[in-house]
Amino acid sequence: MAKKLHDTPNLDELESGPWPSFVTGLKALAKDKDSVVDLLGQLETSYRTMKGYWKGGTVGVFGYGGGVIPRFTELKDENGEPVYKDAAEFHTLRIMPPAGMHYDTDTLRKFCDIWEKHGSGLIALHGQSGDIMLQGCTAENVQKAFDEVNEMGFDMGGAGPAVRTGMSCVGAARCEQSCYDEAKAHVAVVNTFLDDMHRPALPYKFKFKFSGCPNDCMNAIQRSDMAIIGTWRDNIRTDDVLGKKWFAKHGMNELVNDVVARCPTRAIQIKEIGAVRKDAHISAVALNDTQALEIDNKDCVRCMHCINVMTGALAPGKDKGATVLIGGKSHLKIGALMGTVIIPFMKLETDEDLGKLVEFAQRTIDFFAENALEHERTGEMIERIGLANFLEAMEIDVDPAMVNSPRMNPYVRTDGWDDEVAKINARKQAA
Amino acid sequence: MNAPVQMRRPKETGVPDNKKYLHPLLAKNYGNWRYHDRPRPGVLHHVSHSGDEVWSVRAGTQRQMDVHTIRKLCDIADNFAEGRVRFTIRSNIEFMVSDEKKVAPLIVDLEQSGFPVGGTGNSVSMISHTQGFLHCDIPGTDASGVVKALMDELYDEFKREEMPNRVHLSTSCCEINCGGQADIAIIMQHTKPPVINHDLVANICERPTVVARCPVAAIRPAMVNGKPSLEIDESKCMCCGACYPPCPPMQINDPVNSKLAIWVGGKNSNARGKPTFMKMVASGLPNNAPRWPEVAEVVKNILHVYKEDARPWERMADWIDRIGWARFFEKTGLPFTKYLIDDWTGSRYNLNASTHIRF
Repeated sequence: MAKKLHDTPNLDELESGPWPSFVTGLKALAKDKDSVVDLLGQLETSYRTMKGYWKGGTVGVFGYGGGVIPRFTELKDENGEPVYKDAAEFHTLRIMPPAGMHYDTDTLRKFCDIWEKHGSGLIALHGQSGDIMLQGCTAENVQKAFDEVNEMGFDMGGAGPAVRTGMSCVGAARCEQSCYDEAKAHVAVVNTFLDDMHRPALPYKFKFKFSGCPNDCMNAIQRSDMAIIGTWRDNIRTDDVLGKKWFAKHGMNELVNDVVARCPTRAIQIKEIGAVRKDAHISAVALNDTQALEIDNKDCVRCMHCINVMTGALAPGKDKGATVLIGGKSHLKIGALMGTVIIPFMKLETDEDLGKLVEFAQRTIDFFAENALEHERTGEMIERIGLANFLEAMEIDVDPAMVNSPRMNPYVRTDGWDDEVAKINARKQAA
Repeated sequence: MNAPVQMRRPKETGVPDNKKYLHPLLAKNYGNWRYHDRPRPGVLHHVSHSGDEVWSVRAGTQRQMDVHTIRKLCDIADNFAEGRVRFTIRSNIEFMVSDEKKVAPLIVDLEQSGFPVGGTGNSVSMISHTQGFLHCDIPGTDASGVVKALMDELYDEFKREEMPNRVHLSTSCCEINCGGQADIAIIMQHTKPPVINHDLVANICERPTVVARCPVAAIRPAMVNGKPSLEIDESKCMCCGACYPPCPPMQINDPVNSKLAIWVGGKNSNARGKPTFMKMVASGLPNNAPRWPEVAEVVKNILHVYKEDARPWERMADWIDRIGWARFFEKTGLPFTKYLIDDWTGSRYNLNASTHIRF
């Protein structure tokens, strides 16, 4: 039995209502844990004053320089003593989940047992970084908890100026839109940089996210320094049986309004089956015995919309791979940035393909480590030096797929123009 | 002398492979799925090229879970889902079921245990959020509490699929925006420059780092009351709070002047239009714990107008793209103030350089 609960009139308000309540969960833990009793006390204080009371510090495990988020209370009495002494230390361990966040219950129960023994019993599944967050233990117990978690086959995630924990979508495990083995790529890439993850020494954080198709369920383009987003080069695949089934259920109005009219590049037309073009870049799916949907794959930008609406009737092609974009980040410091295209397409089927992705990631991180300013993300670095300079240093050929449009101003020195044209022509001839 | 303590070296094993954690049908049909449909809200039905079928039942959680809650979810998974679960990016849990007959009883068990089934397709899914007062070192507000209060209000929309398209929400307790881009985002917006405790700056803050962190170069080193400290050009300061993490004596959080802003139209998917960043459409909302009713009111209003007005498959950004910003403000009744006109880097691209105006 733990000590008596503090009065928490504000938090008590969050126990009513139908959505699962974290306050009810904390109170259940507080029956056995003095630390959670005091956590609730401090949290209630925050609700009253609208101020936070945690500060960071230096807590870690032997052999690693990061992965623990230290939290010491700043809520002190007139003698400088913690008001809520049993929650004076409430550190978090970031642990990397399996790719795609799949678990067996045996593993989850082991996490619960370990964290009940050494910590508060509060676990976030998952943090915004994609980690299992074991929240709330003393500095003394951080090592004990980590040792047991580590023996289960789980490893510390990233924190601070380091390669961070990656995220990948459910992907090939349960999604027909998957364009590569997301989990395999995730493991291959992130596990190459464990030294840069566990011993933070980069200019700032570096995040990888893996989405299996352009629906980008991992929000990779907006949240990762390197976004690996699945796509395909050949024609959209079609299934006449599922096409007819879809049309029978949804009809012409939905087909026109929700599919044809919403294609961003107007690549779709409705045709009589006999009038469908026979060109190599045309996909067609039957709607009934007389009509078909015709897609001109040269105009298609692989946005996924029609495939989302008519799943199965339409599907990504067979020549699959990924587009790699660099530089996504949130607001601080220069404003939010999307990742932008650096590699328009690469295959990710064989180990050799994956090796190329890993090698590219390695060169990117090396360049980032050498060239970014302190606290500068990749997107900000590229903004500062210009994409063309980044590409030149990385020895990547320029490609019009990297831009929305060519330059809109004359403020560039072009006396190397002829040399660049000669290089492009030489490449063309060699190809 | 004491003998040195033998420390355990970590096994640097990295990301665990997911194969051993996959549901047996997911492992068997890995990379071989054909299509999916949604027999009812909260349930995905995937069909493999092999003919195998799997039903995934999705339920909401509080994200910050106590071990008792996790064990309860494990019990349910053992009973219905061959002891396997997975979590989505929005902290929903998914149970994979190989027998359609188990779907209905699983839903009953989840709901009776307090976990709402939903969050699929064109529903309002769980709010993606961060730590707030519970664990963050710089929060202006709470995260779990805001989310709990709002999801109580949006409970029915989580369980139904009645929106024009999916709706993703996020909350962030400071302008760093850890909650991320969303169709509707609630983000702390400070309105006053930091209050500096000059007695502490010299000892706690690495001053050049703090100066470098300011996006508008408003901070400079200064001697204050004979002590080395920092001063702020308040005419430049836009109250972003970037200086507060590296220098806690520059307190940015204020119980009255730290407000909440609402942003709309973020979309990471490439479907239809390119991915979009969200835009600020309201600010000045009070940070009113424990249930933030003023924020809930604005969010529910925007959702209501969107639900009534948008066409099928239009995400928030697609809808606004069709009706235009003027009508967005007209229909939602939100005031369009001068603060919503962008003046940051690249802002000219956010101005209307055309005569395209809807009257």
